[in-house]
Amino acid sequence: MKALLVRDLRLAIRAGGGFGLSLAFFLIVTVLVPFAVGPEADILSRIGPGILWVAALLATLLSLDRQFALDHEDGALSLIATSPLPLEAVALIKAFAHWLTTGLPLTLAAAPLGVLLNLERPAFSWLVLTLALGTPALSVIGTFGAALTVGLRRGGLLLSLLVLPLYVPTLIFGAEAARRGAEGLAAGTPILMLAGITAGSLALLPFAAGAALRINLR
Amino acid sequence: MIPDLGKYAIEVLSAYGVTILLLGGITGLSWQRWRRLKAEVERVERGRDG
Amino acid sequence: MSIWEYANPKKFIATTTPLIPWVFGATAVCLVVGLVWGFFLTPEADRFGSTVKIIYVHVPSAMMAINAWAMMLVASLVWLIRRHHVSALAAKAAAPIGLTMTLIALWTGAVWGQPMWGTWWAWDPRLTAFLILGLFYLGYIALWEAIPDPDQAADLTSVLCLVGSVFAVLSRYAVNFWNQGLHQGATLSMDAEENISDVYWFPLLFCIAGFVLLFLGLVLMRTGTEIRLRRLRALERQAQRITA
Repeated sequence: MKALLVRDLRLAIRAGGGFGLSLAFFLIVTVLVPFAVGPEADILSRIGPGILWVAALLATLLSLDRQFALDHEDGALSLIATSPLPLEAVALIKAFAHWLTTGLPLTLAAAPLGVLLNLERPAFSWLVLTLALGTPALSVIGTFGAALTVGLRRGGLLLSLLVLPLYVPTLIFGAEAARRGAEGLAAGTPILMLAGITAGSLALLPFAAGAALRINLR
Repeated sequence: MIPDLGKYAIEVLSAYGVTILLLGGITGLSWQRWRRLKAEVERVERGRDG
Repeated sequence: MSIWEYANPKKFIATTTPLIPWVFGATAVCLVVGLVWGFFLTPEADRFGSTVKIIYVHVPSAMMAINAWAMMLVASLVWLIRRHHVSALAAKAAAPIGLTMTLIALWTGAVWGQPMWGTWWAWDPRLTAFLILGLFYLGYIALWEAIPDPDQAADLTSVLCLVGSVFAVLSRYAVNFWNQGLHQGATLSMDAEENISDVYWFPLLFCIAGFVLLFLGLVLMRTGTEIRLRRLRALERQAQRITA
């Protein structure tokens, strides 16, 4: 298990994996927003948490399609499937590796990028907290989507079409909690719901992803 | 014939129009495919037996 | 006799083909009665004016948009558990109909919302939930189209349908939480207090019956088409083997 995790992390960081790419994407989207909506500080600080959430979500999406695709192409996935490790665990580890290489850096990068969007002081901690809670769900849901579209040649676009609707609840609760926290309102309920979604996805979706992988490897 | 719909005539008529159009469309398409495939299967099956 | 007998594709076609004209006939009767009654013979409501007539297409299509997904969920479960091909094909056949119903519900909602709420589109929970439902239909159909192997496609779309159902319900609660709605409360609950009056209720009943029957007829027809398509492919493969 550990070996697979280490291998995935190595591959992601080396070989031009999605590691730097999604971070750069996150940065660029955030920089583009003020060009589109204007430089007024109060507007930016109001929509800032939501913008960062959407940007983080899109950045996660970006690196999903290489999740299983490379392993599928060179046959490594079939080898992994014949190992004693159940495919459910493989999916979970892949999701974890994906989170470590995209979700975690995105969460950490969100705070400095918040400066660009004139976030209020309390908003920073809320933003980082909600992203830390929500990005694991994004990774697991995305892994499920990637498992569904493994064998397809042009799976990338389809993957986004499948995964984006699934991201809706996470996005709503995550951005809502960040917004409420930033405005000094009670954010307990959305935080709890966000944590619930993450926990539920972590518990259940690896099984769905494992099943999808098994079907695709048949 | 058409009842007086007042100032909302466009809204009401377009709602009915679009509904009938879409439902008619999907029914028509389904019917067309049904007939085409039925004919084709029969043709192929005849060819196999004969 | 058990219902699973109809899982045999040949038997399914043989049984349902004679039924289809009857189902469509009943559909036509219900829809004509309901829509004509609703369109020509109902009075205007105080608050809504003539837009109240939109209810006869809006409510049934919205109901069927959800029911179609529920039917796909059941069909997907049957396929995953009992491996009846007809079931998977029925789910595939129902998806475009559900998408059409969603589009109708959204369109009629928009033209109703314009005069009543003063806007074509509001991020009202029910509207938003329907938009998301439409996206789920799109993804489901796209996945079917993308996978060449039929059994694999059936398996994967079924898994997607299961997961999607959970997330669709979650989204429904999420948008509820996220924005207070403009929609009125229950219109069709059994509780007569908040129900709409009988004048509007009876034609609506006919329309709902008509939409249900139309859905049934279309699913039977489209499932039959999918079965034949599968048969055609099998026959072609056979022919290729013989010549080769």
